[in-house]
Amino acid sequence: MNFMQFTEEQEMLREIAYDFARNEVRPLIKAYDRRAEFPQELLPKMAALGFLGVCIPMRYGGAGMDYVSLGILCEALEWADSSVRETIAVHVGLNGLPLFQWGNEAQKQKYLVPQSRGDKIACFGLTEPGAGSDVANLSTHARRAGDRYILNGEKMWITLADVADHFLIFAKTDPAARHRGISAFIVERGFSGVTTGTIHGKMGVRASNTGWIALQDAEVPAENRLGREGEGFKIAMSALDNARYTVAAGAVGVIKACLEESVQYANQRETFGQKIGEHQLVQQMIARMAQRRDAGELLVAKAGWLKNRGIRNTRETSMAKWYCTEAALASANDAVQIHGAYGYSDEYNVERYLRNAKSAVIYEGTTQIHELVQGAYALGYRQDKPLRCELPAYDRSYWQEEGEATLE
Amino acid sequence: MNIIVCMKRTPDTATKIAVKDGQIDPACLDTWIINPYDEYAIEEALQLRDRAGEGKITLVSIGPPEAQETIRKGLAMGCDEAVHLVDDAFAGLDPLGAAKVLAAAIQKVGDFDLVYTGWKGVDEDHGQTGIYLAEFLGLPHVSMVVKIDDIGDGEARVEREVEGGHELVRTSLPAVFTAQKGENEPRYPTLRGIMGAKKKPFQTWSAADVGLDPAGLQPVQEILSVTLPPQRQAGRIVEGETVEEKARELARLLREEAKVI
Ligand SMILES: Cc1cc2nc3c(=O)[nH]c(=O)nc-3n(C[C@H](O)[C@H](O)[C@H](O)COP(=O)(O)OP(=O)(O)OC[C@H]3O[C@@H](n4cnc5c(N)ncnc54)[C@H](O)[C@@H]3O)c2cc1C
Repeated sequence: MNFMQFTEEQEMLREIAYDFARNEVRPLIKAYDRRAEFPQELLPKMAALGFLGVCIPMRYGGAGMDYVSLGILCEALEWADSSVRETIAVHVGLNGLPLFQWGNEAQKQKYLVPQSRGDKIACFGLTEPGAGSDVANLSTHARRAGDRYILNGEKMWITLADVADHFLIFAKTDPAARHRGISAFIVERGFSGVTTGTIHGKMGVRASNTGWIALQDAEVPAENRLGREGEGFKIAMSALDNARYTVAAGAVGVIKACLEESVQYANQRETFGQKIGEHQLVQQMIARMAQRRDAGELLVAKAGWLKNRGIRNTRETSMAKWYCTEAALASANDAVQIHGAYGYSDEYNVERYLRNAKSAVIYEGTTQIHELVQGAYALGYRQDKPLRCELPAYDRSYWQEEGEATLE
Repeated sequence: MNIIVCMKRTPDTATKIAVKDGQIDPACLDTWIINPYDEYAIEEALQLRDRAGEGKITLVSIGPPEAQETIRKGLAMGCDEAVHLVDDAFAGLDPLGAAKVLAAAIQKVGDFDLVYTGWKGVDEDHGQTGIYLAEFLGLPHVSMVVKIDDIGDGEARVEREVEGGHELVRTSLPAVFTAQKGENEPRYPTLRGIMGAKKKPFQTWSAADVGLDPAGLQPVQEILSVTLPPQRQAGRIVEGETVEEKARELARLLREEAKVI
């Protein structure tokens, strides 16, 4: 393992991504969070810099960076606010990468290219009002009718539902089957029978758009099916392998923000004639944040390293997501504690970090689901089977080659 | 429109400077950036080139081997080529020496319409290099440029900052401009720019490569010692029974102790 040795390009990305987070996101995000509004103004800026196609090959409109860079970008963005990182998690992790992994050439040209350039925004619709952790229980239905599918059902808790142009929708083509009955479809906002809305009243990630997608006799061309019929569950799970990595990396950014702001406050605020940082119980909270940061960085680095080499990393990515999001939640909780009453007010950032951090132990597999997964791996009840389409290892020259890819 | 931008890496402006034995402790310098005033020059140069729709921007920089990464950031921002001047003889140059080296390198690069650089480096704040450079190149020099109004056939009209206002100047080209912070914020390198930076021409030249004898680069000035500004004293609360009494005491302190009124 090329241990935490970042390339010059990765270092430059880190610098720019943190500059962007510091100068473009932090100054405005608190106001958006208060208004529970999506910061639309950031999207063109992120697109222009190439963030929206960070690790997608140039031939598909991306910047041609590697999977480690995807993690670096997410850490920096979530150091400013979780909601901005969520956009990358969903647009790149849950939609762009699955298109790259499972899509045919025509689908990549039509959908992946404009998405990676940031001309179109994309999201992922798996969860339903009645099915979250129990994915196989989803009830959205897709019926084949000639050269199209007719979709009916409702998706719920979908990030970017009201913002995205393209949705990756999971629906049952065989309602009698559980996992094996699910298929994946690329749905455009403009298709007939598609409506979306925003969910209000979220505890955190208020500057992210979270909503619902209703499909009423929505007509989807058959060529928009991603992968084969019945392959949807595998596509969804492989998509989560990517996005969970971005969530884990982002959570490290939260821990870093909590630590920095707590250290600053602890060196300023005095009680009983001392800086509060000199009280051992405060030091303990700070020390634990530093520990979580270091451990989290290692887990993320390991997952990124495996991805770059094209080695299956479902277990390692789940471990990183589980650990880092819980670590971020605990760190944000401690950060509020260290700030006392000020931390409980939105004058400081830490209460926002706490509200945001709670969301990440729920989405992309709840903590309990990851515990089950890790237990099953450890006990030997679970093994990964090879996929028909694996996410390719990062190959610099392939990723960097411009120009039209030949049609299959 | 061919532009040469002289840039150097400087410590990050957020660095906490520490002084050891009367000199800046090198151990405290761990994060490096493009000198912010040079970054303004880069931004202006990029806009000029893109408006002209042709030409190239060559970065010229003196610095240790590690400065390569900072120079490459300039390429990632969109500059076309870089010349990195590396030599043991270049360590500890004063502004006069630096200008000699830059002038020799610029003459070797040749074929340019404009030389642009920051009006000062944020590390040592001399503000001399651009002036010497123009002298060595035998070119007109416009300092503190904040805006290029018009640039064309052998002539440019630029705005420069003067105390409390702006001055519009006309100069012949080629010329040497030094940049002051203007309206244009330096751009972030795009991710594609970052990935493309390594593919751009990057040359490393020594003193011999630019035909200079190290003996002629000896500093004419020497930094004897560096001191940090005095620590800020804790604030004082002026005591008194009434507002008038407090105001009188404050006025007395300002006059007698602080000696500011
Ligand atoms: C802000 C936000 C954004 C989201 N974005 C998206 C998105 O873009 N796309 C998308 O498809 N979904 C999205 N989701 C939905 C998210 O993935 C689901 O909320 C998550 O999978 C959990 O499902 P659920 O909410 O239905 O909870 P449930 O599955 O109903 O779980 C309820 C509780 O029971 C526990 N539990 C469930 N099963 C077990 C078990 N077998 N053993 C032990 N405990 C169990 C859970 O851990 C949880 O504590 C988002 C959610 C949020 C909050």
